Amino acid sequence: MSGDRETILKRVRDSLAGIEDRTPYPEYDESLAVTAIRSLDGDLWERFSERFVAVNGLPITSPEELVEYLKSFEHTTGYIDPDLQTILAPYFGSGFTIEDRFDRDRLDDYRFGITRARGAIAETGSIVVTDRGTSSRLGALAPWVHVACVRRDEIFRDTPAAVAHMEDDPNVIWITGPSKTADVEGIMIEGVHGPGVQICLLLPDDVRKVQPTDA
Amino acid sequence: MKAQPIDVFARDLEEEVRHAVLDGSSSGYDKRLASLTSDFADPDLLRRTAGRIKQHTLENLDTYLPRVEEKLIANGVRVHWATDAEAARRTVLGIMRENGADKIVKSKSMATEEIALTPFLEKEGIESLETDLGEFIVQIDHDHPSHIVKPIIHKNRRGIARSFEREGLGAYDDRPETITARARTFLRKKYLEAQVGLTGANFLVAESGRMVLVTNEGNSRFCLAGTDIHIAVTGIEKIIPRERDLPLFLSLLGRSATGQQLTVYTEFISGPKVEGQPDGPGQMHLILLDNRRTELLASKCRDILRCIRCGACMNVCPVYRQASGHAYRSVYPGPVGAVLSPLLAGNKFPELADLPKASSLCGACKEVCPVDIPIPDLLLRLRDRAKQEGVKSPGTPPMGGWAYMASKPSVWRASLAAGKVMNYVPMNLIPVPALRAWRHSRELPPWRGGAFRKWMKIHAKEKGGES
Ligand code: SF4
Repeated sequence: MSGDRETILKRVRDSLAGIEDRTPYPEYDESLAVTAIRSLDGDLWERFSERFVAVNGLPITSPEELVEYLKSFEHTTGYIDPDLQTILAPYFGSGFTIEDRFDRDRLDDYRFGITRARGAIAETGSIVVTDRGTSSRLGALAPWVHVACVRRDEIFRDTPAAVAHMEDDPNVIWITGPSKTADVEGIMIEGVHGPGVQICLLLPDDVRKVQPTDA
Repeated sequence: MKAQPIDVFARDLEEEVRHAVLDGSSSGYDKRLASLTSDFADPDLLRRTAGRIKQHTLENLDTYLPRVEEKLIANGVRVHWATDAEAARRTVLGIMRENGADKIVKSKSMATEEIALTPFLEKEGIESLETDLGEFIVQIDHDHPSHIVKPIIHKNRRGIARSFEREGLGAYDDRPETITARARTFLRKKYLEAQVGLTGANFLVAESGRMVLVTNEGNSRFCLAGTDIHIAVTGIEKIIPRERDLPLFLSLLGRSATGQQLTVYTEFISGPKVEGQPDGPGQMHLILLDNRRTELLASKCRDILRCIRCGACMNVCPVYRQASGHAYRSVYPGPVGAVLSPLLAGNKFPELADLPKASSLCGACKEVCPVDIPIPDLLLRLRDRAKQEGVKSPGTPPMGGWAYMASKPSVWRASLAAGKVMNYVPMNLIPVPALRAWRHSRELPPWRGGAFRKWMKIHAKEKGGES
């Protein structure tokens, strides 16, 4: 309500009128908030993988390995981002049903969702998804297994770097492990609304060069 | 003499609830603390810096509020202002009506608890469903949350399993994994049926107009993937100045709340979805809520507005641990609530003026607060206000005897020595009702009266002075 706007702003000004010295913004070095304890030097995929495992994520370095994993749990129906179809679909044999459109009316049919992440954060083991870069919000959320695909050169060293390069996108999400709750007696349960399994698949440096042999 | 209300509450608390609250608040404490102290060379510097950033923002809200509004509008967000709870509720209802919407899925938000949004909407024929597991259980039980991060800290699995059975969510099964799986199945249908996703906001960045929302369950993400309209309700104090401040606040929030480096789903939302994105709201509203925050801003207790709702102060508070969150009789329990609730109560201040007294001023809350709020000082200021305004206080022992002792050195010395006896007397046997009531929800440290005087004596001798 527009009347409320003026009222609130006036109240704010009146409330602040009595303050003699307003607290200045404290300049500080951004590295203050970066964990000092673990080294973030060397290969960022390695550093990321360590942290990702620590938050119960599963880093995977080849499509073959991913397909083996999904097979072993009989996750044979899934959604794959249209942009990843040409790269990944050939690895999935005839035992799989793959769709490139996520149909919300059949939400529970999808056992896995494979989407393109826009990055990852080595310091925290987080994957970064966005509205523009990630094809379907539901595809990355509703299936039991979410696979986020990232290239090595898209991994940020730490959270300040990820914030500094945050895209002009209305929906940037950092995902740090499976969806979880400890509401019932403090006992940790994974997969409460979203994925019970978060996988990060490392894509080859130039995904277009990949010439997978039919699996 | 009557006991303080909070002590009565603690005394009458069911044993089962007492244990649930005590275990739930104290467990994980070490992990939360370690996640700060082991990861950072100087965790206190983080807390102090975060505290100053928020204090700076509050003291410059006259600049930051219009700035964030401008950004939000540029991002395509419809901004609304609400002076009080009623205005905020009406605004939500207006948006619902305008869009012909009648179903909301809600993610956890203290601001919407504060304005009692759900009961209001239900009366208007709107379904407003909580999707955070704990809040969902609170809702089906017609209960109230008793902790700001762990809403059902006072419940155990057996009670929850009974509630689920009663609500037709499945035959009695009290395994936490079954409870969770059943909620998963039930709620995912709801996300897709609702037209509106309603959330709070943890932070609002002035520089960019991005709001930040954190959940571990990912329920807010689901609310914003299944629905067409997003409504966010947020207090005007949630602003932080710059994007670069985010890592600092996110590190502190995750660690202080649950001992995590980051909360699982950390969402940065700045407007409706992009074209080409099939899921999520194409319309976004943000309601900026005052509801006496400007009064707080003018008061000597304005520091409490820095609060980032991490729950750490209640987890460490010996009074909260014994009395549980419901004893605070308001939306915000624990030390933060003891300051915030009476101030948000307006002319009902006297009804909650006992809360600032329900503290032993042990200082544990200040030590853990990620934004360095001097809670004990604020409690004292509120006690003072209650006194100034002549609010009667049941259960506070008269100070006459104390004053007499303190003014007579010889009596004082004798009482210090005698105090040692206190270590051997079972305190609950002492026949002073107020003391007994007080003691019921607090632990006394061992009596060490006189140690300081002894030290002074020796110290003075060592220095060659006279004692
Ligand atoms: S007062 Fe401090 S410790 Fe308590 S909830 Fe707020 S931020 Fe956390």
